[in-house]
Amino acid sequence: MDRIEVFDKLTDIFRMVMANDDIVLEEETTVDDIDEWDSLTHYQLIEKIEADFGIKFSAYEITSWIDVSEMVDCIQKKLS
Amino acid sequence: MLTRMKTLIELKKNLKKDLGSLPVVKIALTGDTATQLLCTAIRGMGVERGYNLELYETDYNQVEQQLLSIDSELHQFDAEFIVVFQSTHKLGEYHSLLPMAEKEKLADDRIGFVTSVCENPYLANKKIIYFNYPEIGDTVFGSFSNRVEASFTFQIRKLNYELMKLSQKYPNLFICDIAELQNKFGRDRMFAPNTYANTEMIFRMEMLPYVASRVLDIICAVKGQFKKCLILDLDNTIWGGVIGDDGMEGIQLGHGLGVGKMFTEFQMWIKKLRQRGIIICIASKNNEEIAKEPFEKHPDMVLKLDDIAVFQANWETKVDNIRTIQRILNIGFDSMVFIDDNPFERNIVRENIPAISVPELPEYPEDYLEYLYSLNLFETASYSPADKDRTKQYQVEAERVSFSKSFTNEGDFLNSLKMVSTVSGFTKFNIPRVAQLSQRSNQFNLRTVRYTEADIEALAKDSSVIDIAFTLKDKFGDNGLIAVIIMKPLDKESLFVDTWFMSCRVLKRGMESFTLNMMVEKAKEAGFTKIIGEYLPTPKNAMVAEHYPRLGFVPVIGSGTQRWELDLENYKIRDCYITKE
Repeated sequence: MDRIEVFDKLTDIFRMVMANDDIVLEEETTVDDIDEWDSLTHYQLIEKIEADFGIKFSAYEITSWIDVSEMVDCIQKKLS
Repeated sequence: MLTRMKTLIELKKNLKKDLGSLPVVKIALTGDTATQLLCTAIRGMGVERGYNLELYETDYNQVEQQLLSIDSELHQFDAEFIVVFQSTHKLGEYHSLLPMAEKEKLADDRIGFVTSVCENPYLANKKIIYFNYPEIGDTVFGSFSNRVEASFTFQIRKLNYELMKLSQKYPNLFICDIAELQNKFGRDRMFAPNTYANTEMIFRMEMLPYVASRVLDIICAVKGQFKKCLILDLDNTIWGGVIGDDGMEGIQLGHGLGVGKMFTEFQMWIKKLRQRGIIICIASKNNEEIAKEPFEKHPDMVLKLDDIAVFQANWETKVDNIRTIQRILNIGFDSMVFIDDNPFERNIVRENIPAISVPELPEYPEDYLEYLYSLNLFETASYSPADKDRTKQYQVEAERVSFSKSFTNEGDFLNSLKMVSTVSGFTKFNIPRVAQLSQRSNQFNLRTVRYTEADIEALAKDSSVIDIAFTLKDKFGDNGLIAVIIMKPLDKESLFVDTWFMSCRVLKRGMESFTLNMMVEKAKEAGFTKIIGEYLPTPKNAMVAEHYPRLGFVPVIGSGTQRWELDLENYKIRDCYITKE
């Protein structure tokens, strides 16, 4: 799956979990850029990403990403 | 109503709706792990079931202090329901720290705590919803742990068993069977170690709706909202194949290999529901004679005709047949479940009768049962062994209806029934049934106050309260306990009717007049001169809006609610065809 496809799928997941269809993800998007992205919705995201991409994150990875680009890196690494 | 489990996202959306019109229920939750999202799920599920839950979540890990100390925030909040969630993880932590000799006392220790909660006088009028313990098999002893009392496995199983015993002893303790949920879905789906590591959340988010649903099942059951009747389609629902085409020999049913076995097991489940008191009815597009044949003759049919309260097999629509069943049983559509393999029929029923629960069935019949287990459709807050006779009572009612048609005069008919009623206070024999009827009666219920067994026991002990329970039998059979009166003194002169409810099975038999005669007798014996009645309207009890005026009560001027009074000195005993036993 190329980076654009991962972004598209991830955007859908963000929109669904946050119940906000206006969310647009950029490489440098962080928690501060999305109001609904808090410590609780974060774990809903994780569960949904794991289920939809068929991957599993470590406890460490879940808390390590600085921005969306690192998140996507991590997903791509697991998919390859 | 479409019955499938909602997602956490859907539940969260519910909370953005305008909840102003929903009845408020106060509930408190205290737990030893992170419970924020569980609370969100519970509130969202509340909306799904028609309640606006005002939920107070105590601070993290304060279960003991919050429950046992009188001036805690939890006590001040004064909830109707208190959910207590002590996790197996925290129990395991505690177990690991105990010296070997102490480990075998872990379950007793925890049971001691739950007992002290149940016996706390400040919690006596609360309903405690206590989560039992999903197992964590730590394999420290392997399977040998079954023999070692000190092992964690031994202690969890013992604890869950003792909790069951405790809930038999304390009627205000309701065990929420989270362990059963884990049995159903498996530990790896219930629990996400990576989320737990970072958050202290025990349940995977995907599972929160199921947990919340189990909590709401109990709340709804206590509040009188539960299922009483299961309506079944026949072809490809309770047997494989089409009876009209395949014939008795051709349908798939019975032991041996293949899908027939699954239909047999499905029927066994239905039979157990029937024995528990769920009314089983049939709605099928079929020729009646052909449809009944397997019930009478097929050797592998578990369900027999006498398991079925109302059998509707004809060429009318399912919707019409379900409406006919509803008229005969006289219970609300919201207390009915309809199971049909055909998605088209399911949708038509949902569209035309929105209140009825229609589970979306899996595609393959072998999956029906496991799927239906996951929905926990038949939660209850009470059970009495007499429930198993309910089917018989409805069958008798159908006979009574056809018998009444042979009379032109209603008085002659009632007289010919030879009705006899026993009149008593609340006793240990009738308390479970009184409590149950208090939760079930919706239509003939003047004030709809719900009482648990513990509440009824307390009323029975209170000598200032006049409580009366009535049974009714006639030439066709015994209806058992069918009406209840609770009267409390307002002052020296007047008695207030706190509760008057009656089973709709005995409508139009003059039972109201008989009941009032008895009430007046008891009130006079106790020296009162007036009985005050009140009607509190609900969406379901319009039937008794004019109840008091019909019985000769006159309006109480200037009362804020609909109150009526009856002057006992001038009371004339009302005619009725019921004799007191």
